[in-house]
Order: sequence, then structure tokens, then C-alpha cells
Amino acid sequence: MARKVTTRRKAVVTVLAWLVGLAIFFPILWIVILSFKSEGDAIKTPFEVIFSSWTFESYATVQERSNYFRHFLNSVVISLGSTVIGLVIAIPAAWAMAFVPGRRTKDVLMWMLSTKMLPPVGVLVPIYLIFRNLGLLDTRLGLVIVLTLINLPIIVWMLYTYFKEIPGEILEAARMDGASLKNELIHVLTPMAVPGIASTLLLNIILAWNEAFWTLNLTAAKAAPLTAFIASYSSPEGLFYAKLSAASTMAIAPILIMGWFSQKQLVRGLTFGAVK
Amino acid sequence: MGRITLDKVTKSFGDVNVIPPLDLTINDGEFVVFVGPSGCGKSTLLRLIAGLEDVTSGQIRIDGEDATDMPPAKRGLAMVFQSYALYPHMSVRKNIAFPMKMAGVPQDEQKRRIEAAAKSLNLTDYLDRRPGQLSGGQRQRVAIGRAIVREPSAFLFDEPLSNLDAALRVNMRLEISELHNALKTTMIYVTHDQVEAMTMADKIVVLRAGNIEQVGSPLELYHTPQNEFVAGFIGSPKMNLIRGAEADKHGVATIGIRPEHLAASTESGLWQGTVGVAEHLGSDTFLHVHDHGLGSEPLTVRVDGEMPVRHGDRIFLTPDESKLHRFDMQGLRA
Repeated sequence: MARKVTTRRKAVVTVLAWLVGLAIFFPILWIVILSFKSEGDAIKTPFEVIFSSWTFESYATVQERSNYFRHFLNSVVISLGSTVIGLVIAIPAAWAMAFVPGRRTKDVLMWMLSTKMLPPVGVLVPIYLIFRNLGLLDTRLGLVIVLTLINLPIIVWMLYTYFKEIPGEILEAARMDGASLKNELIHVLTPMAVPGIASTLLLNIILAWNEAFWTLNLTAAKAAPLTAFIASYSSPEGLFYAKLSAASTMAIAPILIMGWFSQKQLVRGLTFGAVK
Repeated sequence: MGRITLDKVTKSFGDVNVIPPLDLTINDGEFVVFVGPSGCGKSTLLRLIAGLEDVTSGQIRIDGEDATDMPPAKRGLAMVFQSYALYPHMSVRKNIAFPMKMAGVPQDEQKRRIEAAAKSLNLTDYLDRRPGQLSGGQRQRVAIGRAIVREPSAFLFDEPLSNLDAALRVNMRLEISELHNALKTTMIYVTHDQVEAMTMADKIVVLRAGNIEQVGSPLELYHTPQNEFVAGFIGSPKMNLIRGAEADKHGVATIGIRPEHLAASTESGLWQGTVGVAEHLGSDTFLHVHDHGLGSEPLTVRVDGEMPVRHGDRIFLTPDESKLHRFDMQGLRA
């Protein structure tokens, strides 16, 4: 189905795509630029900002004032922990829904998704109280639990769509070949779904890394991840743009780098099944 | 050993009854073919034997042991699927090794069996390839190899050749028959192709809408079909079925005559008609004869060798009386 695309048309589309891309990327770029400016220069007009002098001053201050590494470690533990636990729960769940669907499977899937439509603030008070009573406030374990639960519907849904693409006959062949359910999942289904599982894993790490509502509300100091680290720079005494930007840059850098290297995998995963 | 007995087995999907109560015995070492039009329940029946579907009622026994509620892994049967169902992430070697790995066969024994299977299936050079790098015929051989190494009590084939092209299909048909001669293991083979059924089977089970229409050797079905359905389904080209006045002469509702039992002549004969299409294959000539006054369907005639007739030619046909099949009002053999 070859379609003629004129050079001019191609140029217009290319320029448009670049504009959209820039518009999406610009805020991040601006944060990075601001982080290398002095506090005084950061509040000037954009034109002046760009041509003012560059400095590492904000990074030095941020590093001095708070322990970046501890927040970083908290973020890593929380995002990896919630994703891994989520996958361990979701792989068998998605297997069941994809390969042995019952009469209510679709309803269960929709119900799971519907929980994502509830505004989290609606359940903040009960969860806060439960966490307080269980002593989970400001603990990594508490955050791992809550992030696992909120991202579980997404993990199950993503895996479910990948698993649906795997021909059932192959799993039946494994059963005929003497594989127990456990072996069927470990030796056949999981290796075949590796691309799907990998992109689910990546997406969930990103979602958990960026999650701010629960991490801000359920932590104080000990378990606070990078989101709380950024928030601590928007203080009531006034905005410190340069320092806030430096903190943000440091917080998003790891995930940005990971995203950059895995973008092929992510795009492939997110469009899986959509294009064939 | 591989004696499989089905005792009043039924299967329903929701309210739809796919298999009414069905009894069948498959003897050890037999090559049994389930044949029938699509949707006749032959694949479902195979999957019930495999354990991939649960029976709704009734009992399945394998070598005398009740296997009705056994999971597929425990039944000791091997299955070859239409889509081959190879593990795409494993090499051919690992695909073939998989059932042995699951059964805990020692490594050196695994190796020996893989090599033996690869040799007999011409796969030795491909053992380290992935299924995606193989042709359809090779994939099907891998699937068969994976089934052989388990040393199952019976092989189940679910339309294994329907994804192959015609030439390859004929080759694989022979290979599977040879495999059966070599292993002498029970084989159950599902197909909608009556030629496969005729050429491979010791015993054919003709199914329609979940019912067994007839069980017998290929030639029994050919010579004495028990009803019109079997008569029309077995044999290629199809048997000519004639109703009305001509059938009345024989005192039945329908008479059937196979294309090879009609003698064609350009001079004289019992019936006459016009040649519609003449198919000249060299070894045989197939004539489709119209305007014969015996009904609206054209009559098919098979003539040995060449017969120089063309579209529109007048032709005379004489049925071989001794080869005439008679069916009553219910379509049963009279």
C-alpha cells in the first residue's frame, strides 16, 4: 500500500512533529537550564536567563542542605520493590484472566481499572489512619505496599493484553508435554512474554518513581523518596527557582537516563498488539 | 500400551451439546482417524482424550485406568497440534528436550533420544535453530520429534498437515505412516480430509454433529457405507446419489454409485447425458455429466486412462449393478 508523500508534505509533518516534541520537552529543558543559574538570575525574563552566567552553586547548596543519596535510595527501593511484588502477583493473575477466563473475567478487569478512576484523596484519611495504627507511616515497607496496590491494576492490564497475544495452543502443548502449572508459567509463558513483562516493569518503575501524592502524604523524613526531596524546596518562605530546579534535575535524571536507554522497549511494549 | 476406551462420554459448552453420549474403543497399536466435516466435534473429541477439555459426563479409560479426571500431563499421551505449537524461545534441541526435562529424564538419555529422533526426522542439522528459522514441514517434524521422545502410550494428531502445501502434505502423510509402522504405538489422527483418512488409517471413525456415523477399516467404509452421509463423505470424487424414479426401480429411496463404477461409452448404455466438464488427468478422466434425467445434480464418472470426449459430447453410462448402494428413507443402508 504505497502512498505518495510529497517532499513538502513530509517537511511540514517533520516540522510539526519537532514542534510538538519540543513543547513536551521544553519544561524539562527549562528546569535543567535554571538549575545551572544563580538564584538571582533564575527569576529574570527568559531571554536574560539564557544569557546569564552558568554556575553549579545551586547543586552545591542542595547537596549541602539535604541528603540526596538517601532519598535516591528510598526511591529505588520503593519503585523496584513495588514493581517486583506487583509482577509476582500480576503474572499469575493475568495468566488466569487470559487463558482460563470465566464468566466474570471482563467485569473483574473493568472493576480493577475502575479503582484507578477514584480520586486518591478520597481514601487518604482511612489509609493514613490504617498506616498510623499499623506503624507503617514513614516506612519504605508502607510505601511499597501502597504503590504496589495502586499500580497493580495497570500491571495486570498490561500483562493481560500481552498474554492474550500468546497462542493458547503453545501452553496446551506444554501441558501435554508434562509441565505442571508452575513449570508452564516459568518455562513457557514468562520467557515468551519477556518483551511485555520488560515494558510493564519499566513503565511501573517510572510510575512508582514519579508518584508524588502518596509518597508526600505518608512520609516525613526517613522513608521520603525523591519526590519529597523536590517538594522540600518549594518552601513557604519563598520560591527558590534555581535550587528547586537543581533538586528536580537530580531527581529526574536517573529515571530520564533509564527511560532514554529503554525507549525502544517502552514504545514497543506500549503499542504491543496495536500494530502487527 | 495404549488402549483407550470412551464410555458414554458427553461434552457440552454451556447449553450447547457438542458430543452426545459416545462409546468408542481404540485398541493398542491402532492408527485411528477421526474424520468429518468442520464442526463435527472431532477436534473436541481428541481434546477430551488429551485432557485439554473436561468431559461433561462419562468415562475415559487409558489402559484400563480411569483417566477422566487426570490432568493432561499425567495421561502419558503426546499431541501434535495444527499450529505446531513449538516454543518459539527455545532451540529445536530444547523444544524436543522439553517433555523429557519435565519428566526428569537423565541428561545423557535425553541426548541419546534427541539424536535418535533428529536422525529419523532429518533434523540433525537444525537442532540449534529456533522454530522461526524453519520451514513449515521442518516445524511439523520438530513437533513430531517432541512427541516421539516422550515415548507416549498414544500419539494424538490434530489436523497436523493442514498448514502445509499439497506436495509436502503427501510426503508428511507417508512419514507419519512410516512412523506408525516403526513405533507400533497407538495413533489418533484428526482430519477433515478423507484422503488422509483413507490412506493412513487402520480404522476410520466418521463423525457428524458429535455422533459416530460409522467405524470401520477404510475399505469397509468404501464398500459398505452404513448411511448416505458416510457414502457421500468417503471416496473421491464423491459417490453419485440418485433419488426418484430410478431409485424406485430398485425399491429404495436413494441409490448410490461411485464414479469409478460407472462405465462410460460414446455408443450405448443404460443412461445417457451430455458432458459438462471433462477433466483429463492422463491417468484418469473425470467427466461431469448433465441432462441425464436422473435428477438435478450432475453425475461424476471416472474413466481409467484417457477418453477423448469434450464439453457438449453425448455420452452413455452404465452402472455396475453389483456395486450399487441402496439407502432407505432414513438414509440408512438397505
